[in-house]
Amino acid sequence: MSWFRVRTGATGGSEPAELLQVSGVSKRFGGVQALSEVALSIHPGEIHGLIGPNGAGKTTFFNVITGLVPADHGRFVLAGRPYEPKLVHKVAAAGIARTFQNIRLFADMTVLDNVRVGRHVRTKVSWWHAVLRSPVFKREEAEIRRDALALLDFVGLAARARQTAHTLSYGDQRRLEIARALATEPRLLALDEPAAGMNATEKLQLRELIERIRAQGRAVLLIEHDVKLVMGLCDRVTVLDQGRLIAQGTPAQVQRDPAVILAYLGTGAVQEAGA
Amino acid sequence: MTRSKLIIFVLAAVLLAVLPFVVLPLGQAWVRILDTALIYILLALGLNIVVGYAGLLDLGYVAFYAVGAYLFALLASPHLAETFPAVAQAFPQGLHLPFWALIPLGAGVAAIFGVLLGAPTLKLRGDYLAIVTLGFGEIVRVFLNNLDAPVNITNGPKGVGSIDPLRVFGVNLGETWEVAGLSLPSVTLYYYVFLALVVVAVIISLRLQDSRLGRAWMAIREDELAAKAMGLNTRNLKLLAFGLGAAFGGVGGVLFASFQGFVSPESFTLHESVLMVAMVVLGGLGHVPGVILGAFLLAALPEVLRHVATPLQAMTDGRLDPAILRQLMIALAMIGIMLKRPRGLWPAPRHESASPSAAGSKA
Repeated sequence: MSWFRVRTGATGGSEPAELLQVSGVSKRFGGVQALSEVALSIHPGEIHGLIGPNGAGKTTFFNVITGLVPADHGRFVLAGRPYEPKLVHKVAAAGIARTFQNIRLFADMTVLDNVRVGRHVRTKVSWWHAVLRSPVFKREEAEIRRDALALLDFVGLAARARQTAHTLSYGDQRRLEIARALATEPRLLALDEPAAGMNATEKLQLRELIERIRAQGRAVLLIEHDVKLVMGLCDRVTVLDQGRLIAQGTPAQVQRDPAVILAYLGTGAVQEAGA
Repeated sequence: MTRSKLIIFVLAAVLLAVLPFVVLPLGQAWVRILDTALIYILLALGLNIVVGYAGLLDLGYVAFYAVGAYLFALLASPHLAETFPAVAQAFPQGLHLPFWALIPLGAGVAAIFGVLLGAPTLKLRGDYLAIVTLGFGEIVRVFLNNLDAPVNITNGPKGVGSIDPLRVFGVNLGETWEVAGLSLPSVTLYYYVFLALVVVAVIISLRLQDSRLGRAWMAIREDELAAKAMGLNTRNLKLLAFGLGAAFGGVGGVLFASFQGFVSPESFTLHESVLMVAMVVLGGLGHVPGVILGAFLLAALPEVLRHVATPLQAMTDGRLDPAILRQLMIALAMIGIMLKRPRGLWPAPRHESASPSAAGSKA
């Protein structure tokens, strides 16, 4: 799995302090201001939580930084280089991979093929090599297969490699989606409610998996409703409410923040907490 | 397992090799049916790349078939020389390009058309894509029908005739070939050439399917947004599918033109496009053996029915027209198949559970 470390050699010691730095992100859908002037920075290798009440703009923000939804305004810098999240496939090539809130696997393909598709963006042999079955093609296919199997092993799905993806259990589908995203060798892995619908055991496995992903040197951006999971796992947390950033800091800081308590529980709760 | 596979493979090869000799005593018409079926198999394999692999419902595929056919018709008939004195002067013997040059040329020109017609449809999907591609198919046919004035390029609805038969390694496929005591009529010679090209097409199809590109196409088919999020450049991948699929159609057109010796816009109607899509869907979208089966059945069955239905017509004093009977029976068969086997006659196998060995190691 040595291929699978995050490459840091290119910039040497001058690796920027922030992996992802976005600021001034605004997005309006008709009469609804989904995001207004949101800023967020993610350190390399940290697990960053993105929380907020329903309709706070978390998924919109996710879609903006991964290019699925164009922002009205915003500045985006990834690993010291500005990027325009306009072409979705270029975002993945730049090093941000994501999963979806409602699982979007390639349902009729095998588990192994799902992950092999993820390797596409890091491989390059052309179609005529496939037609001729040239040595270059064979070598690359063998690499793709090996890498994909290693990833399936990493998320614990090696035994299911030949199964059709839609026949997997819910928790396994979530893990396959993570494996597929990891196959693009992301610097930042963005997970949209990965624990939704999981039971306690599966959540525990997920938490352990995310920690192992961090140990590879990747940063993780996590939207999650499960407060216990977020507080236990994240290094820092950003809280959105009605499209605005209302708090940012360590889980402990955020938990005490009056604005956060207000957003989640209403005014009465703030007075109680203050008393 | 590989041993039994090899036996099946050898048996199939022998069967395909002797098939025209088995069928020939019944009459050359039956070998012609096989030849036509092989052309349709080639076309269905090409369309399968677009519809089956990449999931782009193309109802205008006949356009590329027409491009290949007219390309060959113009390069291998006296028509251009008769219309343009300059061409007659440049090539007093007429343009008689060899086989090995015409096949890649037909593929290449059709592929360019595939990319050109595919480009405006990139943002469309499903029904909308089908409607636009349907329109493109009709546009090509209308052009062929009307490009006889002011400059007579396609000879309009009258079509282009006296097209050369194919010449493969000095053998003229239009005549009976006497070799090693065997007398091979023209239809049999065409059979072998078409069969060879179909085998090549099958190999290309299977190899594309099992490659980085094939998996990327299938990912687009399954979920285009997720495919983009995985870094796939869906625009280029779709154009490649249109181009490669069209190339097969172009080759099919070249074969058709040389086989018939005559092309006219009538051969390239919407009906043909629909028939090709029906072949792919009926056989099993994206599954090469299924597509071959579907193409063979839909291409050969009507011809077989034509011969069977003639006695029926005689029995009913001509009230039961074979053409109507054929359409009726095919329609009934298709409805029945779609009800009983909605994923096609021979769909790609699904793996509901882990493979036996993997399950064993887990337990």
